[in-house]
Amino acid sequence: MAVITLDVDGTAHRLDVEPEMPLLYALRDELGLNNPRFGCGLAQCGSCTVLMDGQPIRACVVPVAAVTGKVQTLSGLGTAEEPHPVQQAFIDEQALFCGYCMNGWILYAAALLESDPNPSDEAIRQAFTGLKCRCGSHSAILRAVKRAAATLSNREG
Amino acid sequence: MGWYDTAVKRRDVLKGAGCLVVSLAVPGARRAMAADDRPLWRALSPGQLDTYLKIDETGRVTAFFGKMDMGQGVDISIAQIVADELDLPMDRVDVVMGDTALTVNQGGASGSTGIERGANPLRNAAAEARRVLLELGAERLEVAVEEVAVAEGAVHLRADPARRAGYGELIGGGHFDVRLEWNGSYGNALDALGSAAPKDPSEYRVVGQPFPRRDLPDIVMGTHEYIVDVRVPDMMHGRVIRPPVAGSVPVSVDADSIGAISGARVIHEGDYLGVVAEREWDAVRAAQQLEVTWSEVEPPFPEMEELYDHIRRAPVVRESAGGGRGADVAPDRDAVEAALARADRVLQAEYEFPFQSHGSMGPACAVCDYRGDSATLWTGSQKPHYAAEGVANILGLPAGNVRGIWVPGPGSYGRNDAGDAAMDAAVMSRAVGRPVRVQGMRAEGTAWDPKAPASVHFARAGLDAAGNVVGYEMRMKGFSAGDVESNESNPSYSYAGALLGWPNTSVHRLSNPGDRYEFPVNVRYWQTIAPLLERASPLRTAHLRDPLGPQNHFASECFMDEMAVAAGADPVEFRLRYLPDGRDADVLRAAAERYGWEPAVPGPEAPPSDGVVTGRGVAYTRRGLPVVAVIADVEVDLDTGRVWPRRFVVASDQGIVVNPLWLRRTIEGNIIHAVSRTLHEEVRFTPERVTSVDWISYPILEMVDAPEEIDIVLVNRPELPPYGAGEPSTRTVPPAIANAVFDATGLRIRRAPFSRERILAARRASADRQPG
Repeated sequence: MAVITLDVDGTAHRLDVEPEMPLLYALRDELGLNNPRFGCGLAQCGSCTVLMDGQPIRACVVPVAAVTGKVQTLSGLGTAEEPHPVQQAFIDEQALFCGYCMNGWILYAAALLESDPNPSDEAIRQAFTGLKCRCGSHSAILRAVKRAAATLSNREG
Repeated sequence: MGWYDTAVKRRDVLKGAGCLVVSLAVPGARRAMAADDRPLWRALSPGQLDTYLKIDETGRVTAFFGKMDMGQGVDISIAQIVADELDLPMDRVDVVMGDTALTVNQGGASGSTGIERGANPLRNAAAEARRVLLELGAERLEVAVEEVAVAEGAVHLRADPARRAGYGELIGGGHFDVRLEWNGSYGNALDALGSAAPKDPSEYRVVGQPFPRRDLPDIVMGTHEYIVDVRVPDMMHGRVIRPPVAGSVPVSVDADSIGAISGARVIHEGDYLGVVAEREWDAVRAAQQLEVTWSEVEPPFPEMEELYDHIRRAPVVRESAGGGRGADVAPDRDAVEAALARADRVLQAEYEFPFQSHGSMGPACAVCDYRGDSATLWTGSQKPHYAAEGVANILGLPAGNVRGIWVPGPGSYGRNDAGDAAMDAAVMSRAVGRPVRVQGMRAEGTAWDPKAPASVHFARAGLDAAGNVVGYEMRMKGFSAGDVESNESNPSYSYAGALLGWPNTSVHRLSNPGDRYEFPVNVRYWQTIAPLLERASPLRTAHLRDPLGPQNHFASECFMDEMAVAAGADPVEFRLRYLPDGRDADVLRAAAERYGWEPAVPGPEAPPSDGVVTGRGVAYTRRGLPVVAVIADVEVDLDTGRVWPRRFVVASDQGIVVNPLWLRRTIEGNIIHAVSRTLHEEVRFTPERVTSVDWISYPILEMVDAPEEIDIVLVNRPELPPYGAGEPSTRTVPPAIANAVFDATGLRIRRAPFSRERILAARRASADRQPG
């Protein structure tokens, strides 16, 4: 066991856990968060995605001791009153079915639009390599990301 | 705290149940609508109006729906239907579902009947409630009932609409205590009628509108609760231990091997093996580290390459030309032989479809709290009523002593691993005398979920000199679809039940293609073979989205194209020759019209040699009542073997359209899920075990291969009831893509999935056949 400090959604936490415990279990079971979620435990699907210093990581395979930056979860991305533009676009496009996979899609989209505010269709598809959706919301997700990009460029314009 | 909290408060009604606090913060007041005075489900009478509807003091209506929504907005459509019958705006109707203490068993999610059947008792109850409210309103306003009318949730005097009484004033919080005529059935067949007739569809104002889903914002904001988020005080975490060779059982278990993990314990009952621990990570580690000696068994499976030969060779167990659940019907083979003997030309082809996994986004999870003479089950199962009955059965409790509470799971497309997880949690909770949460690892959701069965389809047809079909035969031979029945009330169908000695109750059944083609001789039948491993097999079969639809229609609709090519006909025109006028032909024409279909015989003029080539393919089906036609535009990269179904045009007639937004979304989801199954999905195995254990060994669709456009034509039929749309379009995708691949390349791919390797192998085989 080791004492680990984690900054999650702007709050600092001290945990006494095995250093090799994956971040996912620390967030869920030690901090009681409901996001992210276990999908594969193998970094193959994205259900466990969180942002570390703005970059998506797979919490199911990152040992908690290796987390050096600030962690942001989907529920820390926006608020019901002020959703992130990507979240608003997913609502506007009704871009999910069961929604279990949404941590990955929304957080990867937010990170993509941060670095490339006006991505091509191809760039969006490539950025999502390694994310899975089982219910078939892919086309709706593409529409949502394009809508979010348009919203962001209108804001900046 | 919301409806979980409500569930807890009412739990003291359960004999012997102590207080239970569920640590879930449920945002918003919406879910707090669950009525606090509803009897336990056993006492909920399907013949009482109050079972389906409650109106509170503000006039707000709660509809209690005994089916389920699995992310397709079924509950929204139910709210629309109830709102229209009661002349209420949509935002004053809530829908509660999935709790066995609050809703009657309408069968859960099943066969795309959520609206088709599930709406009926609610529509009827709402119509009856409206009648009663009119009477109460007339009484309140001291006039005859003929003098009042209903609008916007209030009864008013026709002559003076300002004189009114709201629903809340008339009944608010009280009971209607009005009997409905119940048909005596539970499950999908449950129906109940009031004395009042529901509205004519021409009066609908809310039905037909594109309302969004209500749970979706919480999901997007990361605040929605899933089954994996249920936490109960004193809860332990469990994991099931699976054998290294399918069919082997634990002989001895070295509990000391997990002794270093604080609080970890072994659960070993009969042939069933699991571990529990105080913390989830400890349960994961204990499952990985537990040392078990397993029994020696013969590897139960053939080599994977021999799967289809095994099916061809295996003795037939059951054969029928009828439905899987009815009596056997002998196929008229003599009629086929006679017709083929008369034909100028006989075509035959064989199609092969693999085992496929549900592979839900996350492995299933369940929590069970066993208290000696009662239990509570939290489950992601799409049939919570049956799952709770199953848990009662495996625990030896009366059915009414187990309450099932559905919490959204990680996707559900039939009888997936959720039905097993419920039983696992129950068995483990009983073993440790504490609540236990069970969740699988990835392999549990991919290798160990019940599978869609593998099959071979034998097609034959005779054509006359003019290219007309004179005789047709389609035979499906494969593993029965009924190793695991989708009704979860029988523990025998669960993994735990099988290992705890529940007798095998598997059934043998398959099915035939669904269409309305009228051939002079038209014989379809199916044959089942024995399972490779009788019990607790990772290849046991069960319902997966559009059960047997993709398999059967891959064969039947590809063969329609093969016949059209042989007849020198356009595949749309060829299908229309054999379809009677009416809904089926209309839907096929609607798809062709939207696509801008110009008639042509499929296939390239000359076999292409390299580069990217394009083609189009069509398929049609009738799945009981709904009718679907699909046209796919496909790109095939002859150098890499990549098949990209770039565009789909879908025409769908599912009766009256209740919610066009979520109907379109549902069809879109079907198409994309089916693209994944068509191009990528195939359960891999060795003689010892299933080796598809994750998303590398069971690849599914990635975003780079997702279609660019899915253009959906809704053929609205306001004169018809609403039919289910949750599955029917699925089955049109494999043949539409296969027919388009043929159109592009001249290659007829008769084995799914159409992986890159398979396309390249088909190219090489084709080149070998064409000298020079």
